[in-house]
Amino acid sequence: MNTIYILWLRQLKRYFRSKSRIIGSLGQPLLFLVALGFGLGPVFQQAGAGNYLQFLVPGVIAMSIIFTALFSGVEVIWDKQFGFLKETLVAPVSRLHIMIGRTLGGATVAVIQGLIVLTLALLTGFRPVSLNLLPLAFVFMFLIALLFTALGTAIASVLEDMQGFQLIMNFLVMPLFFLSGAIFPLQKGVPSLLLSVASLDPLSYGVDGLRDTLSGISHFGLHVDFLVLSLITALLLVIGSYVFSKIQI
Amino acid sequence: MKKNEYIILVEHLTKKFGNLTAVDDISFNVKKAEIFAFLGPNGAGKSTTIKMLTTLLTPNSGTILIDGHNPVTEQDAVRHSFGIVFQDASLDDELTALENLQFHGILYNIPADVRRTRIEELLKFVELWDRRNNLVKTFSGGMKRRLEIARGLLHHPKIFFLDEPTLGLDPQTRNHIWSYIQNLNSRENITVFFTTHYMEEADKVAGQVAVIDHGKIVARGTPGALKKKTKSASLEDAFLSLTGHEIREEEATGRDHMRMGHGMWGGRR
Repeated sequence: MNTIYILWLRQLKRYFRSKSRIIGSLGQPLLFLVALGFGLGPVFQQAGAGNYLQFLVPGVIAMSIIFTALFSGVEVIWDKQFGFLKETLVAPVSRLHIMIGRTLGGATVAVIQGLIVLTLALLTGFRPVSLNLLPLAFVFMFLIALLFTALGTAIASVLEDMQGFQLIMNFLVMPLFFLSGAIFPLQKGVPSLLLSVASLDPLSYGVDGLRDTLSGISHFGLHVDFLVLSLITALLLVIGSYVFSKIQI
Repeated sequence: MKKNEYIILVEHLTKKFGNLTAVDDISFNVKKAEIFAFLGPNGAGKSTTIKMLTTLLTPNSGTILIDGHNPVTEQDAVRHSFGIVFQDASLDDELTALENLQFHGILYNIPADVRRTRIEELLKFVELWDRRNNLVKTFSGGMKRRLEIARGLLHHPKIFFLDEPTLGLDPQTRNHIWSYIQNLNSRENITVFFTTHYMEEADKVAGQVAVIDHGKIVARGTPGALKKKTKSASLEDAFLSLTGHEIREEEATGRDHMRMGHGMWGGRR
């Protein structure tokens, strides 16, 4: 328990101490809100699809969560290469606890980042559909965060260095984000191949659940979103813990 | 020969990585309260051996007993019994000196009040008490190494492993660090197991020396005995006559790539 707590705390301290990282990682979501939200808003409205900002914000929140979460997970590579991981691995504690502490810490940080983006969105004119659904929205944010921290940890556990990181960003994270329905509605008229790909993308369910609870727009339905997202998160936590326990340095 | 007089017992230890036999059927013992130097050229098998002794790697064959416990089957008992200073810094740069020690204390389950007194005592011992609330990233190499020594001692280990503890430090700091370690050894009877490339350090502080090359132990004894055996004036000459003059190549590891590309990622660590 102490192990989990201290590793969680470490992630939080590291996050709050790197102000440049917090601010830097707000640039991209802000651009999405302004350029896409305001730029495409009128077209979206004319097509009769409603307010684009209301549609887009949950997607942008999800985006900032997955980037922060994945990055926290990938920090394992730094710890591996620059030694700190050794300090935890020779300590008389179980690797599972180390992994759980780190992952919870990374996920907490990612949710905080998501909340900052939500606040920014409120300033640009976004309005949640219901305050009662906010707690549920937090649950979805946390699930997305856990999923992607675990994914990052799993990837970092098998990678030797940061060389492969760019590959993962371009061929895994970007597709997961852009094909998830975060920036366009999964509706009639969208090519069916794209729709099938989107329904295989776990982030689609995260974005959809978040959109349902924040903006009242849903494609799969809240129950399906929750079920699929929790199952995949659980699966990735198991995989992440397993590969983390196999790290050799 | 009584077995319990040895705190580290190694018999027929072998570790292979694919086709490469990094450690090849080595046996040696270290007595309680001894200062033991484990010497060898790059790639000779020193780090691999230390990793096996400290539960980070599992041997292919052979047995190890650390303070009577097997690192493969009794990991936690072994982990409680030793402290370690790794070859590369293993501190969290984004935390303060104090936080790094607190982190260690919590991982090793040291009660809060004991933790507080020991941390103060150790930080004073390595002369970093005044800097306790500074982030480690503001520390020099020597200060980091001293902090790591303090951290490695926090849970009162019986054995202290030091993997090239003085690498890259100036002579003043190196002398300082060895006087801490010798002081500790005589005061607390702690067993010290270290590696170094500075032969004069091993000559000065080590009671016993083992030389490993190509995964095999090629000589062991007191520094004086090794010099006598090889008819050398210094331990460095003895070392060279035992291991040859040929330069050893080590393959670049991921860590070397990281160091080269470090700046690219904003130098976060």
